[in-house]
Amino acid sequence: MAVPPGLVAAAAASHSEATVDKPPAAWLYPATGSHPGGRPPRAPVRSHASAPQRLRPPRPAIDQETFVKSMFRLAAVAAAACLALPASAQTLTGTLAKIRDTGTITIGHREASIPFSYLDDRQQAVGYAMDICMRVVEAVRAELKNPNIKVALQPVTSANRIPLLQNGTIDLECGSTTNSVERQKTVAFGPTYFVINVTAAVKKSSGIRSLADLNGRTISTTAGTTSVPLLKRYEKTAGVDVKEIYGKDHSESFLLLADDRVAAFVMDDVLLAGQIANARNPGDFVILGESLRTEPYSVMLRRDDAPFKALVDRTIGGLMKSGEIDKLYNRWFMSPIPPRNVNLNFPVTPALREAFRNPNDRGVQ
Amino acid sequence: MGFNLDWSVYFQELPEGGVFYWEMIVSGLGWTLALAACAWVIAMALGVAVGTIRTTDSRALVALGNAWVELFRNIPLLVQMFLWYFVLPEFIPPLKRWVVNAEPAHAQFLAAMLCLGLFTSARIAEQVRAGIQSLPRGQRLASQALGLTQAQAYRHVLLPMALRIVIPPLTSETMNLIKNTSIALTIGLAELTFRTREMGEYTFRYFEAFTAATLIYVAIALAANRVMALVERRTAIPGYIAGGGR
Repeated sequence: MAVPPGLVAAAAASHSEATVDKPPAAWLYPATGSHPGGRPPRAPVRSHASAPQRLRPPRPAIDQETFVKSMFRLAAVAAAACLALPASAQTLTGTLAKIRDTGTITIGHREASIPFSYLDDRQQAVGYAMDICMRVVEAVRAELKNPNIKVALQPVTSANRIPLLQNGTIDLECGSTTNSVERQKTVAFGPTYFVINVTAAVKKSSGIRSLADLNGRTISTTAGTTSVPLLKRYEKTAGVDVKEIYGKDHSESFLLLADDRVAAFVMDDVLLAGQIANARNPGDFVILGESLRTEPYSVMLRRDDAPFKALVDRTIGGLMKSGEIDKLYNRWFMSPIPPRNVNLNFPVTPALREAFRNPNDRGVQ
Repeated sequence: MGFNLDWSVYFQELPEGGVFYWEMIVSGLGWTLALAACAWVIAMALGVAVGTIRTTDSRALVALGNAWVELFRNIPLLVQMFLWYFVLPEFIPPLKRWVVNAEPAHAQFLAAMLCLGLFTSARIAEQVRAGIQSLPRGQRLASQALGLTQAQAYRHVLLPMALRIVIPPLTSETMNLIKNTSIALTIGLAELTFRTREMGEYTFRYFEAFTAATLIYVAIALAANRVMALVERRTAIPGYIAGGGR
């Protein structure tokens, strides 16, 4: 498994901090002894220590909840930073200082971005991006000389990943995020670890073989992704008229295609391959060869945080220079992967090979 | 991690040009209002009907009313929205054919309207039932003694009083309905919250976008509240069952 054994426990521990009930006060519910007051003995008190441990943090039900929690955490961090400031003479700033002070690094992961970052059949966050991020976590532990730094996992969506990174809820986003010049005004990116083409998946039986064939048809795409403005621009320039339906995540957009509600699902090719590999009948679908645009994927971190950015660049760039990235790549793109042991069979493209040879964080226009 | 706000973002054009962000928000507001209004009509009509039959002496009608309320009240709204839009058409081939060929927004609007209307009707039914049951038993008995049929007793004696009593909770329900329309974004309806998120995703100015949405929701809910308060005052009959504590 991609996730080191300590990770699950660490995530559980960080979660339980926030949610465990206070043990009942001893004077209120005496566990043993006589009851001079004549009060009948109560049912045995459930010991706090023996309470069943949750194995993983539950998925947040709604974003507001996460938001409130994150604001509290932010306030706590800010308060801790203010208190610590006069006492410590360390030079660490930004994310590394936050990780040192809280003893925790929070990773934002996706739930359905196969094979980059998704939940497997045991609801663990796994994937190519998660493997890369775990190398960054190791590097942070080494940098701060603290092997006990905990990893907290926070599911994010296309729409909330940037605000959650900005407000400090997550420290590093490991998913399938396009590195664009526009986004670089708000956040920073690590070296490109994948290069995708934005294209469409269609049913083989539909007879659609090019993007132009989509004229007059209804297509699905995922709300909050870069595919949306891209598609609108293509419609304008190519004179193609399509109607869009927005799924709230990739699975839902794909469901619309699988149920014949739409003619095509427009998205990044590898994400389409991931959805198809997990479909009931993968043979029914085909990905078009055309490309609306080529986009680099990277890990996302806060802007203007040079020390953390340097560490991320050094770690991921090192993976690429040493060729270790190929091992990770083959594991997720060229071998059977959970949850259903399907093989994406998605070899390294020339553009990606080039990105591995010259690690860079150039964004797409 | 600080935020520097830029309120001029509303007056910038969208990437594809020709449309300003404030126009996008306004178009979302239009869908929100239309959805809330249509769903409210359905919820009121069905809610009063179902709430009423739950207090009749027909066991079959009471059971039907109970089943209705429990069905729509016990399934999370988010799940209901998914079922109406994604699952139901799979079981009804003619509906599926219509959904596939219709304008996507129309299918989304219809699903969201039915979902919100029926969900809210179950809640209103419960309040109407409580309102009718809050009346003294003598009211029903007296109308029977006067020779009114059950339908006449409801029409002329029980409902006029019960509905006046439940106006305050119905006000809350109306405001809830308006805010619940935001759930329709999960099936892709481009209502206010959907447009707000879209604006945030395009501009990365989430704070500005959501500030506008917040103020708009507060304004609509407050307006609905004032209208209902006016209805409450206008329909009040001094000395009638509920004197408003005066």
